[in-house]
Amino acid sequence: MHLAYPAVLAALLFAVGLYGVLARRNAILVLMSVELMLNAVNLNLVAFDVWLRDTLHAGQALTLFTIAVAAAEIGIGLAIVLMVHRNRGTSDVDRLRDTKEQPSAEEKAEAAA
Amino acid sequence: MNLAAQAHGFLSPTGVEIAFVLVGIATLGAALVTVTTRQLVHAALWLVVALGGLAVEYLLLTAEFIAWVQVLIYVGSVVVLLLFGLMLTKAPIGRSPDADSGNRPVALAVAVAAAAALVWVVVDAFRTTWIDLDGPAQGSTSVTGEFLFQHWVLPFEALSVLLLAALVGAIVLSRKKKEDEN
Repeated sequence: MHLAYPAVLAALLFAVGLYGVLARRNAILVLMSVELMLNAVNLNLVAFDVWLRDTLHAGQALTLFTIAVAAAEIGIGLAIVLMVHRNRGTSDVDRLRDTKEQPSAEEKAEAAA
Repeated sequence: MNLAAQAHGFLSPTGVEIAFVLVGIATLGAALVTVTTRQLVHAALWLVVALGGLAVEYLLLTAEFIAWVQVLIYVGSVVVLLLFGLMLTKAPIGRSPDADSGNRPVALAVAVAAAAALVWVVVDAFRTTWIDLDGPAQGSTSVTGEFLFQHWVLPFEALSVLLLAALVGAIVLSRKKKEDEN
């Protein structure tokens, strides 16, 4: 099999996940898109491992580790989203603007001038 | 391993390649629906199709153990967790018009630019590279067990500590605080 097929599929899946992370509003849908990006990376790792016939099988070992880390990430991420939803009543990422930089008085004056 | 394109032309695909491309198209389509649908629960269900398609791709690349781990962990637990999360945050059932935020055109531009750049570089670099899938499977359960527990024991154990920490962290985060503690 040509290595280009899995590599191109992984690149396209990564781009789809990137679009989802940037465009989605609900935090859980953002987490789903992150999973898509992680899976694209896993496909690359497996394809290159099979191509190189690595004796240590570093690619496949790293894929298993990535899957485990993704499981941990989704658990913590969902706990955080649930806590935010309990405290704020929303899980939309673009409504959580508490740490947004507020324009200072000088900048306001400059903008008004 | 590094045969030229003349030996394995793009115009004479093998059966594995045809299967890989077909499953890949289905996977990519399911992923596209996942990030574009306005029904939040449907997004989780299309994610199952995308992740299951990737498991088939792992099987075609002879990485059997990873394929089954993918089915068990992603399709079995991660999607169920996501569905629980959608239910617990009272996600709207049915079409929700505000599923996409306002920076959707920017996101589309960034994603298309990233896809174009990555595909261009990857095709340019690996146009003539050939994966030899013959011989014994490189990811069967016995092979995976041998390399995982001969060469990767220490990272494996560190990862179990990480999973334990994530478990404890998730419990601590989602535990309701008592009134007198506040």
